[in-house]
Amino acid sequence: MAERVVEGGSGVASPAGRAVDPGLLVPRRSRVLEGLRGYGLIAAMWIRSTMTYRTSFFLSTFGNAAITLLDFVAIMIMFSHVDELGGFSLPEIALLYGSCSASLGLADLLLGNTDRIGSRIRDGSLDTMLVRPVPVLAQVAADRFALRRLGRIAQGIAVLGWAVSELDQLHWTVGKVLMVPVMITAGAAIFGAVMVAGAAFQFLAGDAAEVQNSFTYGGCTMLQYPPTVFAKDLLRGVTFIVPLAFVNWLPALYVLGRPDPLGLPGWVAYASPLVAFVVFLPASLAWRAGVRSYRSTGS
Amino acid sequence: MAGRAGLYGAVAAGGFRRYATYGTATAAGVFTNTVFGFILAYTYIALWDERPGLGGYDQSEALTFMWVSQALLAAGALIGGGFQEEFQERVRTGDIAVDLYRPADLQAWWLAGDLGRAGFQLLGRGVVPLVIGGLAFQLALPTAPLRWLLFLVSVFLGLVVSFALRYLLGLAAFWLMDGAGINMMATVVSIFFSGMLLPLTVFPGGFGEFVRVLPWAAMLQVPVDVLLGGGGGAGRTAGALGFQAAWAVVLLGLGRLVQAAATRKVVVQGG
Repeated sequence: MAERVVEGGSGVASPAGRAVDPGLLVPRRSRVLEGLRGYGLIAAMWIRSTMTYRTSFFLSTFGNAAITLLDFVAIMIMFSHVDELGGFSLPEIALLYGSCSASLGLADLLLGNTDRIGSRIRDGSLDTMLVRPVPVLAQVAADRFALRRLGRIAQGIAVLGWAVSELDQLHWTVGKVLMVPVMITAGAAIFGAVMVAGAAFQFLAGDAAEVQNSFTYGGCTMLQYPPTVFAKDLLRGVTFIVPLAFVNWLPALYVLGRPDPLGLPGWVAYASPLVAFVVFLPASLAWRAGVRSYRSTGS
Repeated sequence: MAGRAGLYGAVAAGGFRRYATYGTATAAGVFTNTVFGFILAYTYIALWDERPGLGGYDQSEALTFMWVSQALLAAGALIGGGFQEEFQERVRTGDIAVDLYRPADLQAWWLAGDLGRAGFQLLGRGVVPLVIGGLAFQLALPTAPLRWLLFLVSVFLGLVVSFALRYLLGLAAFWLMDGAGINMMATVVSIFFSGMLLPLTVFPGGFGEFVRVLPWAAMLQVPVDVLLGGGGGAGRTAGALGFQAAWAVVLLGLGRLVQAAATRKVVVQGG
């Protein structure tokens, strides 16, 4: 899939095409800064606009936290009938649940609206973004910036805090303490890369936002349960193909002092930031190829 | 009377065709429901391994419950979607005035369109995940045609209850203007109280009894229980269908009362 995207893009990247792209004439560093500045401006605009309907904003922020909270209530209902699930106790599962919820919430806040690109391609409104002097990805990501998604982040961190306070029998070392924030940010970066790759996929497939959702929301549903619950093949898939296991499973297993069911070496727990960096490369290449292959629907 | 039926039939067919044009979106939805189905299936296996017979289901019945609910989610618009957002947008922009001038009943018009949509979602997003689930896991699907027929009746009643509740959300736009917040809250409630996260029979004690008499139970829990049959035979199934029908009548009636109040509020700006 990724290969096809790159191929499609390389056909278009003719020297003539490069010469007319003004963005490439600007030095690289300032393009990144330009992108961040544009992102900030658009996000601020959407925040002001959301605040027009203040009641609706508070309701939807609360709703955002409540949706995920009920998820956790369902897990608590499960634990009203059992003491362990896949050999894990409730606080241990809460650690998995809270960390992946916070990571996904963070990625969703910063990049979640990239999934709207399918409808933008369909109705032609992507065209206006291409002529603005701000990188398209920054515009697409900041489009309809939804501050209400702080709700999920807050809820994830709250559950994580509860888990940490319940797990006081753990031997907290400096490495384990540091692992928690690293796990959340690296996890958010991995989810973010999946979102960018999913957006790039929509240049090919059109209205396929839900495929992206099954890797992000679906991935998080899986990561909130212990890996011991799932079949080995599924574990291999989310470790080596779409490396979601690095979002929280592998770092959290290290914190909990539990073995990894696939028997990977211990140092993989520290590999999450590296994995996040590595998955962003193909995702951003796919995104570039997608934008270059884009042909407007016209009018 | 026959003319009226023909009109609403045409509206329903329009709703069906409209969603049938979104081929990629439907394929993406099938993929999503299947992925979620697999993830949840493993957690259900882990849970029912620990506690066989939990909630009155054995493991294969629990897996059937989960896969059938994945097949019904889109049709019942239990995770959002459906017509209510479009309805609210028409209220906000004033286009609803056009709907009010149609020689058709407002509620019946939107019901027909939503049933058409649901019919497509049931075929388009329902059948494939259930078949895949049936191939990959040991399910307890019945073989008697009558059981499936009763299931379809129950699904239909569940869709009407779901519509009737969402119609109230749509009407709320006459007072709130922006529906995003209330839609979000409604989705939260429907995800939890329909049995999508866990069968409602697993919910403990008095709280469990309470959630099983709410209208959301009529959308998912009851249709799946009708399919699984369970003990108790014909009387139990009749009771289940009666429960759904009662909620449908109550909520549709409430919708008509609110609609009457809402339409008195409409002021059409001439131009």
